[in-house]
Amino acid sequence: MSLSTETQNQGAATTSFGGMQARSEAALNTARVAISNLDFFYGDNRALKEIKLDLPDRQVTGMIGPSGCGKSTLLRVLNRMYSLYPGQRATGEVMMDGENIIADSTDINSLRAKVGMVFQKPTPFPMTIYENIAFGIRLHEKLSKSEMGERIEWALTRAAIWNEVKDRLDRSALGLSGGQQQRLCIARTIAVRPEVILFDEPTSALDPISTLKIEELIDELKRDFTIAIVTHNMQQAARCADQVAFFYLGELIEVAPAAQLFTAPKHPKTQEYITGRFG
Amino acid sequence: MSLALSSMSHPGPRKDVATAARLGASRKRTDRIIRTLCLAATIIGLVLLASILITLFYRGFEAMSLRVFTHVTAAPGSEGGLLNAIVGSLIQSLIGTAIGTPIGMLVGTYLAEYAKDSWLGNAVRFVSDILLSAPSILIGLFVYQILVLPFGGFSGWAGIAALAIIVIPIVVRTTEDMLQLIPNTLREAVVGLGAPKWKMIVLICWRAAIAGIITGILLAVARVAGETAPLLFTSLGNNAWSTDLSKPMSSLPVTIYAFAGSPFEDWIALAWAGALLITLGVLSLNILARTLLRSRI
Repeated sequence: MSLSTETQNQGAATTSFGGMQARSEAALNTARVAISNLDFFYGDNRALKEIKLDLPDRQVTGMIGPSGCGKSTLLRVLNRMYSLYPGQRATGEVMMDGENIIADSTDINSLRAKVGMVFQKPTPFPMTIYENIAFGIRLHEKLSKSEMGERIEWALTRAAIWNEVKDRLDRSALGLSGGQQQRLCIARTIAVRPEVILFDEPTSALDPISTLKIEELIDELKRDFTIAIVTHNMQQAARCADQVAFFYLGELIEVAPAAQLFTAPKHPKTQEYITGRFG
Repeated sequence: MSLALSSMSHPGPRKDVATAARLGASRKRTDRIIRTLCLAATIIGLVLLASILITLFYRGFEAMSLRVFTHVTAAPGSEGGLLNAIVGSLIQSLIGTAIGTPIGMLVGTYLAEYAKDSWLGNAVRFVSDILLSAPSILIGLFVYQILVLPFGGFSGWAGIAALAIIVIPIVVRTTEDMLQLIPNTLREAVVGLGAPKWKMIVLICWRAAIAGIITGILLAVARVAGETAPLLFTSLGNNAWSTDLSKPMSSLPVTIYAFAGSPFEDWIALAWAGALLITLGVLSLNILARTLLRSRI
């Protein structure tokens, strides 16, 4: 844990900063995912440079920074999404459960069952709502029909969409609104019962009300899941995250509890970014 | 920067209303000429198409009767129909499509999902595109060489093989195109749940692309249903009733080819009826394909 004791002195529940309310958790939990010495390459282009970052267990880590700073790239390392594309590779250590997940020996499919991902745009599959959720579950478990029904209800309830879809589980998921589709995708992700959930700008394609719902949901989900969220919206990072990491040009400039990063950033670059001077 | 520019006095001579009006008039004149040319070309095309269709419908419906569907082709003047040709066409087109479709779908899937930029993928895509535009008589001659000559004669199977070869590149093209329309984020969402690649393709990508792929298959059926050249050298044609695929088999296009060139009035009338049947069949397949494609979007 790279956090100094001064964070613990900011006792107040929230700290206001330029109209933003940032949460101020006194302490961060132990690391669920520990990243160190991580470099990432798109071909010859080095997109991440010696990243060292811990994702605290059952807390939210927000990742901010201007476009192209590497925050989404880092997210895609955590579930090995980059392995889909030849020419992309990572070196270093991303430790989870005592295993370096970027090693070649890692079983990618079971890693992805442990590390779920929600994307920028909703990605419902062209099938019924029920089948959308059941699809992921069937990849990893054999459930009876009643167990499957329970699991699907549980996932949809946790994703705060059960009441809206319980009467039309057999209808196409493509008929849902954008915000509903995104919550369906969250339900699909948690139905697999991952330990870590990655959110890649999950609300950038949604209206304000849907955004609010998703943010509330993230707050609720962190009781059980370790969460990393990439966002372009600093208010969102301040509202959702316990810990915020600021990236710039492939480097991790600063990481600190949300309130501290937004009220008393240590690095001048962070200061410039959060006050809107670039980015 | 742009603000600063607009506040500056512009370079060059002052604005001249007369010049502007002259330029406007010449623009309108050019527009009228281009528009007239486009319209004229459209009318010529439509008139030709309409006259073909009107002649076809007029002569075709004149020759149409129940007998066309209930009797097989017969000697001139002896009350023949087209039953054997209709059934032969259906059998050969459908089996040919049934054989060509899975091959074409798998090749298209290989190109879109596995071999996007590899040299083998590019080579296969190139060959498939050449095959797509190859004259169909070449395919007929090819099958004649490898199936008809060595196996002792014309047969329905040879005709089916020729049609299947025509179907393959059409289905390859549409399958690849439709799979490429699927956004990568959908693929990432599937593998992000921990799905292996083959499940991503079979359970999600194919399903997302199915309407487009079926459209391609229907268009392929429509294409082979009207093919004459590849059947002339393969299934040859048969004036008797036969569903034996190892024997020569009749088909509508070949029958039309034979009857239309004959001097006999009733054969020529039957050729018109057959042409109308093919046209109506192809037309309805096209409409079906368009409706399917639209319902997808």
